Amino acid sequence: MANNKNFSVIGTRPPRVDAAEKVTGRAKYGSDAQLPGMAYGKVLRSPHAHARIVSIDTHAAESLPGVYAVVTSADLLSAEERAARVAAEDWGFLAACDQTLAHDKVLFAGQPIAAVAARTPTLAEQALALIAVEYEVLPAVVDVLDALRDDAPLLHPGLRTRSLAAPSEQPSNVAVYAQQLKGDPAQGFAEADVIVEREFRSLMVHQGYIEPHVSTAEWNADGKLTIYADTQGLFAVRDQVVWLLRLPMSDVRVTPLEVGGAFGGKNNSYVDVVAALLARKAGRPVKVTMGRADTFLGTGPSSGTVIRLKLGATREGRIMAAQAALYYEVGAYPGSLAGSGAHVMFGPYVFPNAQVDCYDVVVNKPPTASYRAPGGTPATFAMEALVDELAEKLGLDPLDFRLLNSVRNGSEDLDGDLYHHIGGVEVLEAAKAHPHYTAPLAGPNRGRGVAHSYWGNWGARSSCTITVNPDGTVGLVTGSVDITGTRTSVAMQAAEVLGLPLERVKSSVGDTDSIGYSDVSAGSRTTLATGTAAIRAAQDVIAKMSARAATIWEVPAESVTYQNGVFAVAADAEKRFTFAELAAQLPNTGNTVIGVANVDVGEWGASFAAHIVDVEVDPETGKTTLLRYTAVQDVGKAIHPSQVEGQIQGGTVQGIGWALYEGYVYNEAGQMLNANLLDYKLPTALDLPMIDPVLVEVPFPGHPFGVRGVGESPILPPPGAIANAIARATGARMTQLPMTPAHILKQMGKI
Amino acid sequence: MTKKTLVSATINGEETEFLCEPQQSLLEVLRDGLGLTGTKEGCNDGNCGACSVLLDGRLVNSCLVLAVEIEGRSVVTVEGLAEWPRLHPLQKAFAENDALQCGFCTPGMLIASKALLDRNPHPTEAEIRAWLAGNLCRCTGYDKIVRAVQAASGE
Repeated sequence: MANNKNFSVIGTRPPRVDAAEKVTGRAKYGSDAQLPGMAYGKVLRSPHAHARIVSIDTHAAESLPGVYAVVTSADLLSAEERAARVAAEDWGFLAACDQTLAHDKVLFAGQPIAAVAARTPTLAEQALALIAVEYEVLPAVVDVLDALRDDAPLLHPGLRTRSLAAPSEQPSNVAVYAQQLKGDPAQGFAEADVIVEREFRSLMVHQGYIEPHVSTAEWNADGKLTIYADTQGLFAVRDQVVWLLRLPMSDVRVTPLEVGGAFGGKNNSYVDVVAALLARKAGRPVKVTMGRADTFLGTGPSSGTVIRLKLGATREGRIMAAQAALYYEVGAYPGSLAGSGAHVMFGPYVFPNAQVDCYDVVVNKPPTASYRAPGGTPATFAMEALVDELAEKLGLDPLDFRLLNSVRNGSEDLDGDLYHHIGGVEVLEAAKAHPHYTAPLAGPNRGRGVAHSYWGNWGARSSCTITVNPDGTVGLVTGSVDITGTRTSVAMQAAEVLGLPLERVKSSVGDTDSIGYSDVSAGSRTTLATGTAAIRAAQDVIAKMSARAATIWEVPAESVTYQNGVFAVAADAEKRFTFAELAAQLPNTGNTVIGVANVDVGEWGASFAAHIVDVEVDPETGKTTLLRYTAVQDVGKAIHPSQVEGQIQGGTVQGIGWALYEGYVYNEAGQMLNANLLDYKLPTALDLPMIDPVLVEVPFPGHPFGVRGVGESPILPPPGAIANAIARATGARMTQLPMTPAHILKQMGKI
Repeated sequence: MTKKTLVSATINGEETEFLCEPQQSLLEVLRDGLGLTGTKEGCNDGNCGACSVLLDGRLVNSCLVLAVEIEGRSVVTVEGLAEWPRLHPLQKAFAENDALQCGFCTPGMLIASKALLDRNPHPTEAEIRAWLAGNLCRCTGYDKIVRAVQAASGE
């Protein structure tokens, strides 16, 4: 199919199937859930970054008229159950409980302590203020390097560093340590003519979805629970609720509503279990809505980082060796992101010799979660800034230097795995050929920068059913939440296979009772993997309808063909049904047919991106203005080119925010100082030029149409590209994200 | 319990009466009281623009307006844009130009864009960007939103 260029649906730009509902305000989001008798839930959070909970007194809150329920950790786990879990050393379960409602200790400011359900949101807020919590405040550790010191406060006295070797003997704040070694780095640096080395830092950043997390829970009289969720994964919510509340899976139905942005941050469930606990205790449906401060403090941001990087190259421009140490804050509970960062930053180029040390470090900050290309953006920033400096020192064009060292099909990555079917070189060549790269850039304090990136993408499990209606339309249902337009891009693939116009394919997302297991809509996987499920389900429809036609015509099933929307038998021109004609026959010839596919896509294609940006830096204030932006990316095959462009534009702008504006600011006690959208600045329309997306199509052969994931790649290059443009504009190299005016002036030697 | 106040206002062209508590925002009453959930809450402190509505034709954040303040006044929300079943030109332009992804900021963006075009029917790109700076979108990078407003303005 990949060779068939005569697509009728693939590659077109129809309005997305959810457009009309969304532009009229009728689309129902998680926060729009309204049920009869519904109460409003709010969560009390710790103001302290590290403290022992001495006591929680909820009596005054419970006595307030209009308050229906107050819950604490005791409602999640009784003392006996807790003791049993402790005896069983079930630390993962206990940590998940503590992150839902803390038991005896808080490890970050914003950790949930208690929750209230009341008649109105105002009453719920008033009740929260009546809950008296006594804390014994403990010393907090906020900075990733401070957490490594011998005298640092330990967050988890039982935490031993996990690595390929045996767990560490001493408790530590290092959750995971990993080292990658390739070749002989010392020898490689000895053979290098030019060596550059820098330390890069970045702050925690938030996904910044505009709709805060929300969950509405309703218990039926038969003890079954329904959750109206705001999530990237209906099954992820079900699994979390079933796990923590110890319920049979069949007792919990999760219905996903529209999602107001997610970007990885809604893979995790934060308020679903709390809503279920409140609803059970209150005996009525409860909607728990986070506010914006709750969202900053109580959900998972992306890691703050320190990355030390050293690169060496020959005079001719061949990279000989790299040495890197990546220190990633994983927040208050063990996690792992540094390894992903290393994989991403070393992805674009050939490194004959390298040593990479990765440290995932716990600190008294919110536990981190995925954010678009998890772990990759600060790492790509470090690599691209230093690669650019190396090219400059060698007197080489920055794209030529990258092309010279670019991975190609058959190149080895740091693990010794080989690259296949990649488009890295094609992307770099397209960037070089783009008029932007050679356009004159006149004027003082201006500079042009480029950066390149690699992202691996994902496949995994998806399910799809397609039901044929008697009028020749079909109903397509998947288990993949649609946040970006995937209802449309998945339906387009089914329509192409079925030979139907898109309008005849009604595309929707099911609930956990009605569709097979599907992984979260994340990792740029949905158009690839759920698209594959849709293609297989469509093929199943055609096979079943062909069999039905064979029965009606009394011919062997294998003699029936389906082409250009027509079922036919080659030997007999009389035997001919259009899709709609055969669909009309189905009810009276044995009932309808449903095409079904449950897939686990084990192969996916990596994605490369190269960005070009022009900036102007005000030498007095350090303010950076973006003048022009071009984003080149290998997209495999663009099913819906406008949606692919939208992914590139949106991801690029998130990367621009990371580059110039965004970051969690903490005081020494571990309290966030900018937990609002005034002091934590997201890019606005006024801060940006048009983002010009350039789609390079190098098909991924593992997908019938050549699809590659496209969502995550574009966030990776902007910080490096902008840093390199600022370097050309000012002569100063940037080493920190965000590149605030203060940092720029400092690097320029002005302050 | 706070005593409620009776408020009379014109909402999306219809004479409407509702009861509200004095501390309730217009946003809360629109969403929870009147079932007009097209207007969204993103921050509840005037920084994201998701709750944008027109108050006597003027663009406001409904989270920063008390519900009792709209007595005798006129409010337009996203639900009032279309002359059903005919979409407003802005709604049509947003759909045709793929100017939305998750769609959560879209109602506020449409209202803010209407306020702009009502004053300035043919804005430049710079004017559109400046006017929409109070409305955050995290999905699109604004590019296709700006182009949709340009398309709706006939530029």
